[in-house]
Amino acid sequence: MARQGVARKTEAVERDVARARASAGPRTAELDRLIHERVRLGIVSALAVNDSLSFNELKALLKTTDGNLSVHARKLEEASYVTCTKSFAGRIPKTEYRLTGAGRRALEHYLDHMEALIRVTRQG
Amino acid sequence: MTAPRPLHDRALDNLRYIRQTMERAGSFTAVPGWGQVAVGATALVAALLAARQPTPELWLATWLGEAVVALGIGGATMVRKAFAVNDPLLSGPGRRAGLSFLPPMVVGGLLTVALSRVGLWQALPGTWLLLYGTGFVTGGAFSVRIVPVMGVCFMTFGAAALLGPAAWGNWLMAAGFGGLHMVFGTIIARRYGG
Repeated sequence: MARQGVARKTEAVERDVARARASAGPRTAELDRLIHERVRLGIVSALAVNDSLSFNELKALLKTTDGNLSVHARKLEEASYVTCTKSFAGRIPKTEYRLTGAGRRALEHYLDHMEALIRVTRQG
Repeated sequence: MTAPRPLHDRALDNLRYIRQTMERAGSFTAVPGWGQVAVGATALVAALLAARQPTPELWLATWLGEAVVALGIGGATMVRKAFAVNDPLLSGPGRRAGLSFLPPMVVGGLLTVALSRVGLWQALPGTWLLLYGTGFVTGGAFSVRIVPVMGVCFMTFGAAALLGPAAWGNWLMAAGFGGLHMVFGTIIARRYGG
């Protein structure tokens, strides 16, 4: 009986996740993994409420190191979730990040995904 | 060995992390542009009225009256805009902007009492403009970029009022509380939705 309940709950979660994936398109499995990591999730969330943020602003906001931020930002850039612009403010190099449409959609799908998980586990 | 955290808790934790990051990264955008234009207009009227007062006490009372009117207009238009753009005043960037703006205003109130008591009326315009500008510079750190720029302009006018002839005081107040509010208010209203 209990085992049947767990099975039903698992099926419901899988259905919700499958629905979220279907609405997100074929790359969602990869997108989920990309955005699920904490620093990357932080970068995308911070950029969602700002036109752009500099490398130093993101570093201070997420309380992380240069190397860590750089690695995660590059992964998001490779996935076309963020764009990176390098320029000079006087003689000081400046790196600015912006969220792309694909990045915003990925965050929205991730939020839907989390909400679906919560909804299904609460129903159970 | 610790038990794995339930899926539900992890999902909630992730949502909480997203919300907190957005709050920390966000700007307070409910600075009321048109409200500032209205405050600027009443300040110009107050400057004209204050210039006609026969005693420093009445001059002070005129400007204190203007402060109350400005507080009412600024507060009401800020609440209205905050609701319109769904920008909470009591949490996140709104709360931090308010808490940073408040200390210079409290200091301004205390200095007004202290300077009036010893009859240093001529120091009041510079003190008010400087501290008001300081409030916008500190509070503006959590808002759109134009707000701290406005603060620096107020501080410049305040420095001119403190260091220049006493006769400039009332007119620098007119230029600052009147002119700067109207100019920056119009820019904010046009660029940031009202």
